[in-house]
Amino acid sequence: MTSTSKPHEKPSNQAAASAIPPGTRWFKYASPQTFYGPAGKLAPWFAVLSALLCVAGLYVGLFLAPTDAQQGDSYRIIFIHVPAAWMSMFIYLVMAAWAAVGLVLNTRLSSMMASALAPTGAMFTFIALWTGALWGKPTWGTWWVWDARLTSELILLFLYFGFMALQAAIDDPRRADRAGAILALVGVINVPIIYYSVKWWNTLHQGASVSLKSAPTMAMIMFVGMMLVALSFWMYTIAVTLLRVRCLILERERNTDWAAQWVPGARGVQT
Amino acid sequence: MNWASWSDFFAMGGYATYVWGSYAVTFGLLCLEIVQLRQRSRKARDKIVAHLKLKASLSQ
Repeated sequence: MTSTSKPHEKPSNQAAASAIPPGTRWFKYASPQTFYGPAGKLAPWFAVLSALLCVAGLYVGLFLAPTDAQQGDSYRIIFIHVPAAWMSMFIYLVMAAWAAVGLVLNTRLSSMMASALAPTGAMFTFIALWTGALWGKPTWGTWWVWDARLTSELILLFLYFGFMALQAAIDDPRRADRAGAILALVGVINVPIIYYSVKWWNTLHQGASVSLKSAPTMAMIMFVGMMLVALSFWMYTIAVTLLRVRCLILERERNTDWAAQWVPGARGVQT
Repeated sequence: MNWASWSDFFAMGGYATYVWGSYAVTFGLLCLEIVQLRQRSRKARDKIVAHLKLKASLSQ
């Protein structure tokens, strides 16, 4: 796949495809110029799916689910707080995985995927912290405590910011990719710390209501609403990441001939 | 349906500030990200067009 990574040296799509053994043909999507088109076609579908799941999830969560006996209606923050917190950790792991692939295989698109995920991950981390504060005030009596769960989640936000700032500070994109990858990989240690913090330390934050090993300790209808919003956020993340990686590809490859083909207004001025 | 009326719904059992404060910021940020991405995409396209126009005008 590295042999096809330079667009101007690539003979033609057919010739390149026939040289690749069958079964590894999808590897061609590891190059930015082949991924650009499919990414643009896929993004709207994920966006529509996300919107539908979101409407369904909010309908279940805000209209159908009953008022909680202990927390009243303040608990309804759960329908965005928990999905956002899941996404904040999940996106970080996916980002670090792409960064690692980019580091090991030297594939440009993998590193671009990592960079494309970071802002969305940071946003979900902020949402988890923000909604957590707004939920903490009525239930715990405080916006914030420096306990293990909250502090490690705040560190996650700083890891995202650090990753983005480091990449923005390095002019050469490939060097920025490598530096960012190292930071992302070192930061992975924080994710299990966040996840298990409620078990390892005595904390104000409640334990997990949903785990892979046992049935959820919450009413079924609340669980359904939460999962719908979680799926919606997941689809949203895929859509937004595909759109952002397209921006990154255009920004980085703007001097190549193929990049010009993808820009509608540019075809007329080609010489 | 959990609510008797719309005003009941908006009041959120007295937790309106906290619940709607959470939802407003969340969906505000999601919308902001989409707007920001559209702008970024347009900017990248404009740069390519400008670059090609410059190249075309220089080769004439």
